[in-house]
Amino acid sequence: MIKTLLAQVKEFRLVAILTPVCMLGEVICEMIIPILMGRIVDYGVMAGNVEFIIRTGAVMIVVALLGLTAGILGGFFAAKAGAGLARNLRKAMFDNIQTFSFLNIDHFSTSSLVTRLTTDVTNIQTAFMMTLRMAMRAPSTMIVAMVMSVIISPRLASIYFIAVAFLAVFMVVMMRTTTRYFKQVFERYDLMNESVQENVSAIRVVKAYVREDYENKKFRNAAEQIYEMFIRAELRIVSISPVMMGVVYSCILLISWFGANMIVSDTLTTGNLMSLLTYCMNILMSLMMLSMIFIMITMSEASARRIAEVIDEKSSLTNPENPVMEVPDGSIRFEHVDFSYDPEASEPVLKDIDLEIRAGESIGIIGGTGSAKSSLVNLISRLYDVTKGRILVGGIDVREYDLDVLRRQVAVVLQKNVLFSGTIYENLRWGDENATDEECRRACVLACAHEFIEKMPEGYNTYIEQGGTNVSGGQKQRLCIARALLRKPRILILDDSTSAVDTATDAKIRKAFAEEIPDTTRLIISQRISSVQSCDRIIVMENGRVNGFGSHEELLAGNRIYREVYESQTGEGADADFDRLT
Amino acid sequence: MAEKVKEVGNGPRGMRGRPRPKVENPGKLLRRIFSYVFRFYGIQIALVAVCIVVAVLANIQGTMFTRTLIDSYITPMVEQVKAGEQAPDFSPLLHAMARVACFYMIGIGATYFQARTMAFVTQGTMKRLRIELFEHMESLPVKYFDTHAHGDIMSVYTNDIDTLRQMISQSLPQLLNSSITIVSIFSMMLVLSVPLTFVAILMIGVMLLASARVTALSGRNFIAQQRNLGRLNGFIEETMTGEKVVKVFCHEKDAIRQFDELNEELFQSASKANGFANIIAPVNGQLGNANYVICAIVGGILAINTFAGFTVGSLASFLTFNRSFTMPINQVSMQFNSIIMALAGAERIFALLDADPETDDGYVMLVNCRQDENGEIVEVQEHTGKWAWKHYHKATDSTTYQALEGDITFNGVDFGYRDDKIVLHNIWIHAKPGMKIALVGSTGAGKTTITNLINRFYDIQDGKIRYDNINVNKIRKGDLRRSLGIVLQDTHLFTGTVRDNIRYGKLDATEEEIISAAKLANADSFIRRLPDGYDTMLTGDGANLSQGQRQLLAIARAAIADPPALILDEATSSIDTRTEKIVQAGMDQLMKGRTTFVIAHRLSTIRNSDLIIVLEQGRIIEQGTHDELIALRKRYYHLYTGNAPETEAV
Repeated sequence: MIKTLLAQVKEFRLVAILTPVCMLGEVICEMIIPILMGRIVDYGVMAGNVEFIIRTGAVMIVVALLGLTAGILGGFFAAKAGAGLARNLRKAMFDNIQTFSFLNIDHFSTSSLVTRLTTDVTNIQTAFMMTLRMAMRAPSTMIVAMVMSVIISPRLASIYFIAVAFLAVFMVVMMRTTTRYFKQVFERYDLMNESVQENVSAIRVVKAYVREDYENKKFRNAAEQIYEMFIRAELRIVSISPVMMGVVYSCILLISWFGANMIVSDTLTTGNLMSLLTYCMNILMSLMMLSMIFIMITMSEASARRIAEVIDEKSSLTNPENPVMEVPDGSIRFEHVDFSYDPEASEPVLKDIDLEIRAGESIGIIGGTGSAKSSLVNLISRLYDVTKGRILVGGIDVREYDLDVLRRQVAVVLQKNVLFSGTIYENLRWGDENATDEECRRACVLACAHEFIEKMPEGYNTYIEQGGTNVSGGQKQRLCIARALLRKPRILILDDSTSAVDTATDAKIRKAFAEEIPDTTRLIISQRISSVQSCDRIIVMENGRVNGFGSHEELLAGNRIYREVYESQTGEGADADFDRLT
Repeated sequence: MAEKVKEVGNGPRGMRGRPRPKVENPGKLLRRIFSYVFRFYGIQIALVAVCIVVAVLANIQGTMFTRTLIDSYITPMVEQVKAGEQAPDFSPLLHAMARVACFYMIGIGATYFQARTMAFVTQGTMKRLRIELFEHMESLPVKYFDTHAHGDIMSVYTNDIDTLRQMISQSLPQLLNSSITIVSIFSMMLVLSVPLTFVAILMIGVMLLASARVTALSGRNFIAQQRNLGRLNGFIEETMTGEKVVKVFCHEKDAIRQFDELNEELFQSASKANGFANIIAPVNGQLGNANYVICAIVGGILAINTFAGFTVGSLASFLTFNRSFTMPINQVSMQFNSIIMALAGAERIFALLDADPETDDGYVMLVNCRQDENGEIVEVQEHTGKWAWKHYHKATDSTTYQALEGDITFNGVDFGYRDDKIVLHNIWIHAKPGMKIALVGSTGAGKTTITNLINRFYDIQDGKIRYDNINVNKIRKGDLRRSLGIVLQDTHLFTGTVRDNIRYGKLDATEEEIISAAKLANADSFIRRLPDGYDTMLTGDGANLSQGQRQLLAIARAAIADPPALILDEATSSIDTRTEKIVQAGMDQLMKGRTTFVIAHRLSTIRNSDLIIVLEQGRIIEQGTHDELIALRKRYYHLYTGNAPETEAV
């Protein structure tokens, strides 16, 4: 996990290494000053040598300036390294997400990906920056202070060693237990946030069922639990600093005592004793910093793990070694295909699908809720891989194609489709970035979108808001179809893509397809019998199996399900689609 | 999130991304935070303050010891030795050390007690604040959620509360500690040497000036950083939501390119902002060292000349004080940025807490009832399937009951999500008890809006809505909503088991009731096929179910509530026609004898309605039964026959 993250330091390795070096420089400068100070007291003040004081003072100023330079450089280097790591982590995650298969995306929820890319990265950035600055600074302050003490008096310095050893053991024990509590705290935290999120988006349900009090009670419980956990963790943390203070104060007293003895027996000077006491304070400060770092690392551990999960996630789809770069034609063949989203599931979602679709054919797909219609078509452009059997497009196994090539030739209009913020032109050019205005318009005419676009105040340059909130559902669907048409694919798949378009317009779109792109294989999923009725052949899905496959007439004569659907939607007692107008 | 905006699209939309840290009235905010913490933890805060004072004073006693150590104990002993005494008297030193040890212990005790108390104060305040935020949020009108970006509401709970937590737990005690330390050290320094103190003050002035400059520089960059962060967050949110589309269109490279640009901008500003923030400490530190040197030189000269009784020991103490002076100033400047960030967060927290909750002036209540032998309505606690409105008359201190019938009327209702933009004009509807009313019209015609008015998710601008001849404003909102079962177009499920989700409609439902509701909604068979049946956990708004299955669960949830009236807003839109037919049978059974409002696009749902209302652009253009409207040969007829001229609403 740490390795994964550190691997992203990359070009910031230099500044990341320079930071502690600078910090070390700063520390050394800070350490020299007390020595000089001691000398000022011993040889300047005691000897009444003002000149010595001024000379040593000048040296001290120079040292302070050096320290300042080192400190400023260190500060900027650390910031750059931290922000740089954050940038690289975000990029590594984002880039990897772009290689994800649908299965990978399903695995992480959208909101969790957003949190990982934002909040979690910020946590790591802060932790990394502070660690660079302090992790070196604190121990080096401590080491320099200890070395200096040894130089002054090895006997007195041994007191420090005992104290530091004792504290080290204490800290390790504390951190072990605290980490465990913090982990639990953060897990509960996630759960609580999820519950808030749910309440925000489902507020209408909460209010309609008058469940405010119920939700309040639930939340109160969650908040109470977090409180309990946090208090438990914090009560451990608050004991750290008193213990450290106790140890350091003991050191001061011991040094004072033994130091006094040594001065009396003339083996130590007063200046030396003062320096030793200053070092003692330095050691206390660096211990405090160390404990802060430990706490911070503990707290950001969860973020680190979540980030590493995304970076380390391997796409479940891989490009073949020598990919086929051309799709010969739009024929599709399912050979005894089984498919399930979860490899461990006992029941596959699709069972023994065996179909042959000729290039240029129009195929309707109809079936009940959860009959796996979408799953069926998603396999064609290799959004998921089959569990058993194989799928051939243009006579070649889809797993042998270059993914981009395959997906460029198999255009899917997804059921849950989205437009992106940008003008209509920009959205359309997702289909083909080099499409001329003329081509864009033609695609829109085919998708029956041209008319309403023209009516918009800025026509094709109308800005679509994030999530496409300023166009209606039917308009959005038609724009999505136009976008897919611009790909000029060999296979076009519409997954319930005209559900919000009225029947008349729907018919017009289908007619345009038949006339303008007759060579393109079209697969149309719909719940509307009128949308599939005119297709060359129709697949009837039922519980993940093909229940019937044939022309409208054949199915009407021989397929019970199809006949039922047909009868429920036409003729007497008809169930036509109705007011989905725009 | 965007789908929530739907027909409310005209309302002001929430801001995208995080707002920048700019605080209107920091003093007032700070006061409010303090008073919030004080209200519940006044005693504890006072104790913390006392502890901090004790700890600081004890610490200073320790520092003072260094002076006495050299001047009062070591020097006399050295002189004793010089005077030829064999064994110098160590007992005064031992004595003093014992005293200092006591001070240290008191200091440690106070520090521990302070930290411990602060943990309770901080976490307690956070808990209280979270609960208060949540409960207040639950009381807010639906309008609030329609007009605020959900991401922004969420970030109040996560980011803003967290920065506030850091401020209360770290910055505030730190500030208190620092200021007490500064004051006490300052007075000690004054006692030791007035002229030296002036030198020190001069240097400290320089330090403060330098910190202020650097803080301003970093602050400017922090603002840029927040803005860039907001933009990047917005982009990430949009791309992650549409990630599958990105893949289908092989648009990955473009997405990466755009991402890189935004990412780079953020890196630049973050690097600068943090860089400046990082150098505050070294600048102050080294200025402190310079201060130290200058004081040493001046003090050295003073000590050599024993100016006004200034000794070497005094100089040693003074220099130690001088050093401890730098630290609190450093800490104060370092806390500055985090306090500004926390205040910006606090502003958003209080904005949510200050949002006006839903008002409810209703007093008419809905109760379960039965009729006694005389045909009088008697209120009962158990569920009887019969309801009555309970009026309490203040004037006569009497209570009357009126049977719930389900007669709902709209009398000349005007409504707009904003006052200046009316979306429903002069709506007259009379739904007689037990009627099934269908609302028909294109997207944006105002169908959902009408249902939002019946249960008072929104309040009307003009006209009257009456329920059994009672103005809906007089009915307590909770009771009004309990009387209306509603199945929404956007199905929302909660984290929990399938059983929990159905039970949401009736919290004390028995196992049999749950299963029969599921059967009525035709959900039982698919639930049984789920890995753990009714105990299957649903997470992420039921992400593991298909849209149709989620709708079936929502119907089961409404069915178990067994409400006297129903609103079905595209309740079966994602269910295939065959399944719908089965569901429809169950729903018809449910709707029997209950007033029902239906929004649907399938004729089977609409044609047997007692009243069909055709809406266009917020007005009723036709109403009547199916046959009447067909005979009219106007809008409805065209819609029905499917050969309507291409009409573009919205």
